[in-house]
Amino acid sequence: MEVVEGEEQRETSNKVMCLLTDPEGTPLGVPMYLPQIARPQQLQQMVNQLLNNEEKLPYSFYISDKELVVPLGTYLEKNKVSVEKALSIVYQPQAVFRIRPVNRCSATISGHTEAVLSVAFSPDGRRLASGSGDTTVRIWDLNTQTPLFTCTGHKNWVLCIAWSPDGRHLVSGSKAGDLLCWDPETGKPSGNPFTGHKKWITGISWEPAHLNAPCRRFVSASKDGDARIWDIVTKKCVICLSGHTLAITCVKWGGDGVIYTGSQDCTIKVWETSQGKLIRELKGHGHWVNSLALSTEYVLRTGAFDHTGKQYSSPEEMKKVALERYNKMKGNAPERLVSGSDDFTMFLWEPFVSKHPKTRMTGHQQLVNHVYFSPDGQWVASASFDKSVKLWNGATGKFVAAFRGHVGPVYQISWSADSRLLLSGSKDSTLKVWDIRTQKLKQDLPGHEDEVYAVDWSPDGEKVASGGKDRVLKLWMG
Amino acid sequence: MPQGDYIDLHRKRYGYRLDHFERKRKKEAREVHKRSQIAQKALGIKGKMFAKKRYAEKAQMKKTLAMHEESSTRRKVDDDVSKGAVPAYLLDRENTTRAKVLSNTIKQKRKEKAGKWEVPLPKVRPVAEDEMFKVLRTGKRKTKQWKRMITKATFVGPAFTRKPPKYERFIRPSGLRFTKAHVTHPELKCTFNLEIIGVKKNPNGQMYTSLGVMTRGTIIEVNVSELGLVTPAGKVVWGKYAQVTNNPENDGCINAVLLV
Repeated sequence: MEVVEGEEQRETSNKVMCLLTDPEGTPLGVPMYLPQIARPQQLQQMVNQLLNNEEKLPYSFYISDKELVVPLGTYLEKNKVSVEKALSIVYQPQAVFRIRPVNRCSATISGHTEAVLSVAFSPDGRRLASGSGDTTVRIWDLNTQTPLFTCTGHKNWVLCIAWSPDGRHLVSGSKAGDLLCWDPETGKPSGNPFTGHKKWITGISWEPAHLNAPCRRFVSASKDGDARIWDIVTKKCVICLSGHTLAITCVKWGGDGVIYTGSQDCTIKVWETSQGKLIRELKGHGHWVNSLALSTEYVLRTGAFDHTGKQYSSPEEMKKVALERYNKMKGNAPERLVSGSDDFTMFLWEPFVSKHPKTRMTGHQQLVNHVYFSPDGQWVASASFDKSVKLWNGATGKFVAAFRGHVGPVYQISWSADSRLLLSGSKDSTLKVWDIRTQKLKQDLPGHEDEVYAVDWSPDGEKVASGGKDRVLKLWMG
Repeated sequence: MPQGDYIDLHRKRYGYRLDHFERKRKKEAREVHKRSQIAQKALGIKGKMFAKKRYAEKAQMKKTLAMHEESSTRRKVDDDVSKGAVPAYLLDRENTTRAKVLSNTIKQKRKEKAGKWEVPLPKVRPVAEDEMFKVLRTGKRKTKQWKRMITKATFVGPAFTRKPPKYERFIRPSGLRFTKAHVTHPELKCTFNLEIIGVKKNPNGQMYTSLGVMTRGTIIEVNVSELGLVTPAGKVVWGKYAQVTNNPENDGCINAVLLV
């Protein structure tokens, strides 16, 4: 009798009560005893089985926001976790593909005669456009790494460019306040400039592909305090969203058909797009709002295109696929919004749930210039003038890690499509690639001769483009 | 009651004289002629003073007219494309001008090896030894003449301690020692007060370099870390060379130009 009891004791001591939950906190089954020798691989198998996945997906596991990389037992010993309670393990699905980190400069293309202010890959990753201070937009041939078209037409610096989610149009906004729509196949402007803004353009965002299949509408924000919705078919301003008292710094067209604008008057406004009514006003920041990021931003940007490089023939098909991708990405949680501000903090909002912020994310010692959700929505990265990039949990807004290494203010960041790598471009003329898993510097990419103003990681993950004050466009490859 | 007030009182009581305004207009109309008469007649210093006064009035009038003209005319807004494009997120920020990229590090090293510098002051006046040094006579009878005092500005490292008098051949007077220099950045056109790190080369000779003598044309190394310059590889630069452009021993300060 005693022998049996001892046996049982050992059994339980080698097992630990665990509760697997998804990132939103919904438990997967009931708490169960798992052997302490279980490694993440075994957990992954188990989760795949429990979820009845046909294809085995990779997962990573987190215990109180720390990734589990060792067997359970080792973790318990190291962190002295009580075995009395059920240990809650969060599983996060990972991208099924892996993107190679970029490590070399494959091309330095000169052509612009002034600083390169913005670069953007098309959603299918096949084309690249850049806007510059020499008033031109250039479209580049990625295969030969040579300029394809030089689009002249603006009268002042080209500050913003944005590709439509179907990749058929490119819109650029200039410092003079006019917008031009280009046809990337010919490099010619499709029609006259859109005029209406009285001051320079600060941001452009397209209507998501899953809401309107052949892309027609986009929204532009300007220094004059207005945001305008334009139609590229009728070539008219459909709606003027006015209400901000100071310059709008950032505009995003959300996946649920609302527009978010962040402004220097410290507020974020949420607009409805059919009539341009103000739905919500999000207050909380103590200084300018510099940047907004949506949890679904990456999906909205790439539309129907994913890492497989599939092409779609009809807009309907594209719309369907885009909607599928959007729903998959969103899950059943509401859209989340992160705003970075001049008051050194960031707020995490759920604009559909409440007008109060969910979390206040503090830690930066200088203004936050750029915030960006990872493509899977799990992380938020923020670039700040305090020379650091910080990583935050995308669901809760908790601080995860700080990436230090830059010696100048960090201007822009960009995620790789698999959410495993983060790229940052800085005033110190370098780009740096950070590894999210190890939370360390993966690659230092010197080469620019001056400040790096714009970076972009192509959606297919093969290339990185960067442009800056030294007037050259650099392409980086893995 | 002051005299002028009587007329005021009278005017209040009985009004202006009937021909007052006509007389006033005529007087004003005659005034210019009168002034011109004076201008033509006045001689000597009076003439000069009068001409100067008239000239100043005229210039002032022209300026005023031009100003009025400007406010009424419509001009095209100058929408020229300015240089130095910055992205939208930096447009509203107070942009402090910053040093351009540093010249290539390799280039700099190569130059250093060759010992040749393209410097703002390529030629300097050679300084003779007896100008540079003052002979000190030592010994009880002041017969020994082996000691020298440097008469130019010097840089002395922070850890320097003087040798015992018996062995100290060169004296660098503490009054002529400098630790900071006013360094001008030629592209930014602004000047910073920077700490001196060392004397790189004195064109008058190796000995002066090792003594840390700073004359006009000397290359010094300064601490530029507060300028926030970075190399192409993204490291902060902290030491850069500068050339002395003034005669520090005369001016009591060191002015220098940064070699970019």
